[in-house]
Amino acid sequence: MLSPALRTKRYIWRDWLMSYLFLLPALGFFLLFVAYPMLKGIYISFFNHTLNQFEFVGLDNYKFLFHDETFIKSMRNTVLIVLIAVPIVIAFSVFVAMTIYKKSEWLRSLFRGIFYLPAVSSVVSITVVWASIYDPNFGILNYITSFFGMDPIAWLGDPDTALYAIILVLITTSVGQPIILYVASLGNIPASYIEAAQIDRANSGQIFRKIIWPMLMPTNLYIIVITTINSFQVFAIIQLLTSGGPMYETSTVMYGVYEKAFVLGNFGLASAMGVLLAIVIGVISMIQFKFLGSDVEY
Amino acid sequence: MRLNRSPIISNIIVAACALLFIFPFYWIITGAFKVQDVAVAIPPEWFPLEPTLENFETLFKNPVWRWTLNSFIVAGGEMVGVCLVASMAGYVLAKKSFPGRVIIFSMFVAAMALPKQVILVPLFTMLADFGWIDTYKGLILPAIGWPFGIFLMKQFAQTIPGELMEAAKIDGCSEIRMFYSIILPLLKPAMGALAIFTFINGWNDYFSQLIMTRSTPMMTLPLGVATLKGEYTTPYGVLMAGAAIASIPMITIFVLFQKAFTQGLTMGAVKG
Repeated sequence: MLSPALRTKRYIWRDWLMSYLFLLPALGFFLLFVAYPMLKGIYISFFNHTLNQFEFVGLDNYKFLFHDETFIKSMRNTVLIVLIAVPIVIAFSVFVAMTIYKKSEWLRSLFRGIFYLPAVSSVVSITVVWASIYDPNFGILNYITSFFGMDPIAWLGDPDTALYAIILVLITTSVGQPIILYVASLGNIPASYIEAAQIDRANSGQIFRKIIWPMLMPTNLYIIVITTINSFQVFAIIQLLTSGGPMYETSTVMYGVYEKAFVLGNFGLASAMGVLLAIVIGVISMIQFKFLGSDVEY
Repeated sequence: MRLNRSPIISNIIVAACALLFIFPFYWIITGAFKVQDVAVAIPPEWFPLEPTLENFETLFKNPVWRWTLNSFIVAGGEMVGVCLVASMAGYVLAKKSFPGRVIIFSMFVAAMALPKQVILVPLFTMLADFGWIDTYKGLILPAIGWPFGIFLMKQFAQTIPGELMEAAKIDGCSEIRMFYSIILPLLKPAMGALAIFTFINGWNDYFSQLIMTRSTPMMTLPLGVATLKGEYTTPYGVLMAGAAIASIPMITIFVLFQKAFTQGLTMGAVKG
C-alpha cells in the first residue's frame, strides 16, 4: 500500500495510533449500546428481575418458558410468519423485478417507488389504514367480499384469519427493498449470456433456471437473510393491529418480549425470551449461509 | 417468447399489484378529508364529496408540531451521528492495516446479523439506570452504535485509490487534514445514501421510541399518532389525517432522493 520509504517504524506506529483514534467513536458507541446490552441481556435472563426485585434464579426463566403455553404459541406464530412471508416476499419480488427491469428508467423508478412506499412511510400510518380496511363493520375488504356472497369477517378478530391478515400487511411492507436489489442485480447480468442461450434455443423457463436464478444467488442470500430477520422482528404491526390477540393467536416472540417487559414489568423473563429468539435467528442465519452462499463478499 | 420484453400478462399483474399498493395511501389521503360518518359509511365513498378540514383541526389540538419537531431531532441526530462515526471507522477499516483490524470488522459484521430488537430490554434497563428515558440522548445515541453504516462506508472507501493518499502523505498532509479534505469529499455519495437511509430508519423506529419515551411532549410523530386511537370508537378521520402527516415527510424525502437511496441500498448487497 505504501512505498518502502514511508514505512519507517515510527511512521507505522503513528499510523496505528491514528487508525485507533478514528475507530474509537464507532467502537465506543458499539460496545456501550450494542455489545454491553447484549451481554447484560444474557445476564438478566438468569434473574427474577422486576421493577422492585432482583434475585438470581438460575435457569428458572428458561424452564418456565419451555412450559409456557403462550410462549410456545408465540414461537409457533413467529416461525409460521417467517415460513409464509419469506417465500412469498422472494417470489413476488423476483417476479416484479423480472417484469420491470428492462423498462425505461422512468417506469422502473416509478414501480420501485410504488412498491417501496409502504416500507418508507411510517408503520403507524400503514396500520391505521389497514385497521380501517379490515374493520368488521365498515371495512372496505368486507364490502368487496360481500359482492362474492361472503359474510362479513372480523379479519383481525377471528382466530382463523388474524395471523394471515397480519402476514399480508407484513408482506406489503417487506417487498420494497428486495425489488430494488433484484432490479439492480438483474441489470448486472451481461446481456450476452442470455443472447447466447437464446441462440441455442433455450426457452425462457430454462434461461431463468439455468442463467438468471444462479446469477441472482448472492443477492438471494442477502435478501433471504434480511427478510427472515425482519419477519422475526415484526412488532409494530401486531402491537397496533391486534395486541397479540385474539387469544394470543397473533402474538410473536418479539411481541411477547414487549408484553412481558413493558406491560407486565418482568425484565428477567423478557430477556430470556430475547436470548432464545436471538439463538433461533442465529441458527437459522447460519443454516441459510451454509446452504445458500459461499461467494458473498465482505 | 423473448426475454427482452416481459409478457403482457406479467405487465398486467404488476400494474394491478401497484394499484393495490397505492390504494392504502389513496385511502389515507381521502380519509383524512372525510367526516366520521362518511369515513365509516357503507357503501364507502370512494372520493370525499364534501371534503372537510375538521380532522386536521381535531388533530392539531394535540402537540403535533412538537411531535414533528421531536421526530426531526431524533432522526436528524441519528443521521449526523451515524454519518460521522461510520465514515471515520469505515475509512480506516478499508484503507489502513493495523493489529486487530480483522477482528474488529468481523465483530461489526456479526452484530449486523443480530436483530436490533432483541437487545431492547437490557438497553432499556441500562438507559433507565443512566436516567436517559424520555430524553433526546436516550432516543438518539443508542442508534449510532449499530454497525450497518460502518459496513457500508467500508465497502465504499475500498474504492478510493491508495496512490491518492500516498501522494498527499508525501506532500506532508496530516492525517486529520487528509481525512477532512481528501477522503470525506470522495465518500460523499456513499454518505448521502447513508444519511437518507439512517434518517428514514430513525423516523420509523417505532419500537425503540415506544419504550424510550414516557411523556406526551417527548413522543415522536408516529408514536403520537398511534395514541389517537380512541378507546371505544375509532376516530378514523383523525387517524387518517395523522397517518398522512406522519408519512408525508418520508415519502417526500424518498421521492426527492430516490436515486441516492437506491444506490445506498444496493451498495452493500449487490456485486458489480
